[in-house]
Amino acid sequence: MTAAALQSVVRRNHRRQQWLWLLAAMTLAIFVLSLLLGRYPAPGLLDWSRLGEDELALRLVINLRLPRLITALLLGMTLSAAGMVFQLLFSNPLVEPGFLGVSQGAAFGAAAAIVFLGGAAVVTQVAAVGFALAGLGFSYLLARRLRYGGWVLRLLLAGIAVSALFSAGVGLLKYLADPLTQLPEITFWLLGSLASITWGKLLGVVAPVSISLLVLWFFRWRLNVLALNEETAFSLGAAPGRERLLLIVAAVLPTALLISISGIVGWVGLIVPNFTRRIFAADTRFGLPATMLIGGIFVMLCDDLARTLLPGEIPLGILTSFFGALAFLGLMMLQPSRPKS
Amino acid sequence: MNDALLALRQITFGYRRDRAPVLNAVTFALQPGRILAIVGPNGAGKTTLLSVLLGWHHPWAGAIELAGRSLASYTRSERGRWLALVPQSEHTPFDYSVLDYVLMGRAPHLPPLAMPTAADYEIALSALEQVGMAALADQPVPQLSGGERQLMLAARAIAQQPRLLMLDEPTAHLDLHNKARLIQIMHRLRSQGVTLLMTNHEPEVVLAVADDVLLMEAGQPPVFGPLDQVFTEAALSRIYQLPIRLVEVEGRKQVLWT
Repeated sequence: MTAAALQSVVRRNHRRQQWLWLLAAMTLAIFVLSLLLGRYPAPGLLDWSRLGEDELALRLVINLRLPRLITALLLGMTLSAAGMVFQLLFSNPLVEPGFLGVSQGAAFGAAAAIVFLGGAAVVTQVAAVGFALAGLGFSYLLARRLRYGGWVLRLLLAGIAVSALFSAGVGLLKYLADPLTQLPEITFWLLGSLASITWGKLLGVVAPVSISLLVLWFFRWRLNVLALNEETAFSLGAAPGRERLLLIVAAVLPTALLISISGIVGWVGLIVPNFTRRIFAADTRFGLPATMLIGGIFVMLCDDLARTLLPGEIPLGILTSFFGALAFLGLMMLQPSRPKS
Repeated sequence: MNDALLALRQITFGYRRDRAPVLNAVTFALQPGRILAIVGPNGAGKTTLLSVLLGWHHPWAGAIELAGRSLASYTRSERGRWLALVPQSEHTPFDYSVLDYVLMGRAPHLPPLAMPTAADYEIALSALEQVGMAALADQPVPQLSGGERQLMLAARAIAQQPRLLMLDEPTAHLDLHNKARLIQIMHRLRSQGVTLLMTNHEPEVVLAVADDVLLMEAGQPPVFGPLDQVFTEAALSRIYQLPIRLVEVEGRKQVLWT
């Protein structure tokens, strides 16, 4: 009995592993195709051989598309992985990493920089990341002072309160902003875009983002244990307080850094992990790597549309919300039987 | 006292320093291979005692020794290999399969960031088989009934392969069939050398499995001793403030109350 059951479990894990390899291959393929996709010289795929002859095409690919594509990939991986980590640690499938004051903090910082500091790209970015981390720190300190519920609930409540405060601030700044110049800029930032990504911006964040993703990946099985209630996780030999804090930092820090260069890209962190769980079941050993890859693919594809669909740029956040919601609704309504993996 | 698996001396603990302690000078020594039932009215501190034994709460005063060593000197994962807890209930909103959930019992046996191996899956499967849930291994946890969930939590603790297994109200959600099965599982574990400790409200379960009993009463130092000396009509009547009689029906003791 056990022997046969064990065989089938080993086969199941093997199949899940193969699914991951398939997703990884798809990620790579979409990455390469996206690099060639664009509106130069004509809308469509660039001929590979042209890169050798056409200096402009080569510069375009290397200096514009490549950093933008890497950012899209990292952004998708980070938002989805961070979303899954948050949903597990807070035992709530409806939270996402921006909840701890991070998204609204970044939005407030960017809007303040646009209204008061002239809105130069570097200034906006520094203000966004500064306020995103301030939002996180503020939520954390507030959570320690709250006298209600366990610390997970306190952190969430504090994060929601801090987000609301910052969102009130963003509203005020929009009201104060010059409606002809500053307001469109704030609105564009709040919808997210990778149009202005350069190597410089990417290189500024790539190291901490990659390290955080690696930390999350290493914790992919242990995350299951840390998602149990605190006392149970403790009884299984974990240090829930310390380890959860590490994971939360590894989820929020890269999120803050990336949205400081991309603006707010909505719904990825909420929808992609739920989508992944529908396909891969809940075990994060396979679910976390899968959600990273699916998130990377999703944001790369959305950004492809953002830059090629129209001659002008479409804000990325609009596309991620639209297609994310459609894909999720479709999945919910079709109720596919989970692959027996 | 020296060869006891678990020895408590004058354990006092409360959640708030400005209130009277919940646990009052708890002292007992549990010999290996025995089953201890912790009995007492609601609010007497039974679940709190389990938390303290787990090391989750630190006692205000007193000493806990596990196999002759202070509990505080165990590392986290070491403690996870010695002690397991079956909580009363646990909630997950996610579609874990029963097997993946039980597999988490292997965590203290693995290095922190290692993946479970085929051997761990085998142990988890055999734990499921021991509680009679092998057929439900692929079932999503949120679809289980309350009783199945309780048995699954027992399986996770069995997969942990502890020396001391603590069960918090293990029969609370179980029907008669599963109650009998759990009693049988506890007997089997004891025969394998595991020491068991459970809180329980059901006198017939206590009478069926316990070797020793710890009677707890709010605000009083508890009474510890072998089943037939401690679990008496007089003591039960006192702690539950009800006239209680122990009668023998077809060779088995039963509790009657009015």
